[in-house]
Amino acid sequence: MIDPVISHPLGDFIREIIPIPEISFLINALISIIAICAVAIGTAPILIYMERKICAHIQCRLGPMRLGFHGTLQTIADVMKLLFKEVYAPKGADKFLFYLAPMISLTAPFLALTMIPFDHNLQVANLSVGIPFIIAVNGFGILGILIGGWASNNKYSLLGSLRSGAQMISYEISFALVLLFVVMVSGSANLMDITQSQSGTILDWWIFKIPVLGFIAFIMFFISSTAELNRAPFDIAEAEQELTGGYHTEYNGTAFAMFYLAEYINLVTTSSLATTCFLGGFYPPLIGIESIDTLLLKVPGFIWFAGKVFFMISAYMVVRWTFVRPRVDQLMDFEWKFLLPANLLLLALGATYIAIIG
Amino acid sequence: MEISEYYVLGFFLFLGAFIAAAAIIIGKLLGFASKDSKNKYAPYECGMETYGNARIQFKVGYYLFALLFLIFDIEALFLFPILAQFKTIMAGETLLVPIIVFIDLVIFVAILFFGLAYAWKKGILKWE
Repeated sequence: MIDPVISHPLGDFIREIIPIPEISFLINALISIIAICAVAIGTAPILIYMERKICAHIQCRLGPMRLGFHGTLQTIADVMKLLFKEVYAPKGADKFLFYLAPMISLTAPFLALTMIPFDHNLQVANLSVGIPFIIAVNGFGILGILIGGWASNNKYSLLGSLRSGAQMISYEISFALVLLFVVMVSGSANLMDITQSQSGTILDWWIFKIPVLGFIAFIMFFISSTAELNRAPFDIAEAEQELTGGYHTEYNGTAFAMFYLAEYINLVTTSSLATTCFLGGFYPPLIGIESIDTLLLKVPGFIWFAGKVFFMISAYMVVRWTFVRPRVDQLMDFEWKFLLPANLLLLALGATYIAIIG
Repeated sequence: MEISEYYVLGFFLFLGAFIAAAAIIIGKLLGFASKDSKNKYAPYECGMETYGNARIQFKVGYYLFALLFLIFDIEALFLFPILAQFKTIMAGETLLVPIIVFIDLVIFVAILFFGLAYAWKKGILKWE
């Protein structure tokens, strides 16, 4: 039988009024595509504005102030500006690969967004292999950066993309292993099941449920995902002082904007993943006192989800603007000589915990 | 034909690429072309004349890291099915099966751990 694409109530309603399964499937798919586009493209300008403001206030500046109330229209003006810029490839560039690269790097975050359960029944595809799928899709994004750097025919681009490739494949391992830790403790790789295993009070979230280990896993996830996102302090791929723009030095206009968009959608995706795996997904932070809990349960799940995602995003942004960037060899050493052994140890300790306590 | 959720992922596989392609085409159409000059299409190199080929040879270190990554990523994939079932196995009624599975897991992780230690001792992890 047909698995629900958008489950109840909307998907069921469409399935009821349209008897032909193929057509109702197509309508459901269309609705989910529009929804994901709205989430992804709608949040990006908000995040860019947020980042500029957070960065400015950390550095004791005001940030954008002129356009609209406190500069709220600034991002829209920037998008307009980018639309009217000329798009061209530099001399000697591989034109086909040059334009293919932004397409590839935008594919990965959209695919990953389909896995995320935003609420009890808001999930585009409920796969049983959710976590491996996300790990696989994440590798796709690296390809876009590598191709973009190579096709540009620019030394800075090539250096930036190769460095970025080395960094991302290294941190991908600990990213995958921490997610495997969550798979182990929750007993399922399905993201909906992982969320449902955290129902109950705030102490049932995976960050708190396993004493100490859960919190360590969360910190490890945070570090490796920061590196995966290519954000400072792990932004050697586009370190302005060394490599000008990194892999997107030669991109301009909308082609450049697509890389930027991919970066911010990736931020949303990774924060959603952290929320789903560690912070209880769409469950409210119940504390066990009945009168407060009933009040918290009145708020719909997706609002809790969005709140937690924005909390994670602001954490990423504050980290970005507070820490200094390590050298490239320090970065690789940190992953291979500290994070990876610690990760294997964490898996072993988690296995022991489950074997003894259950 | 059975319709499953993987078909929806097929749509999404092309969604991102489609959006990017549309944006680039819009940019091509809307963008004002600046005046052509000798160096307009030259790759950026701090303002100097471009020197030599940009596709230079790279050191082998990147390749070794990529190989190591391959090993550990496949390892993660191998670990995944056993870890997904780990809780159920541990809650099983017999005592022997959980112990065997647990020891297997520990041996598997230990081999990888020693593999990493070997690579470390051989100096592959040194970035110069």
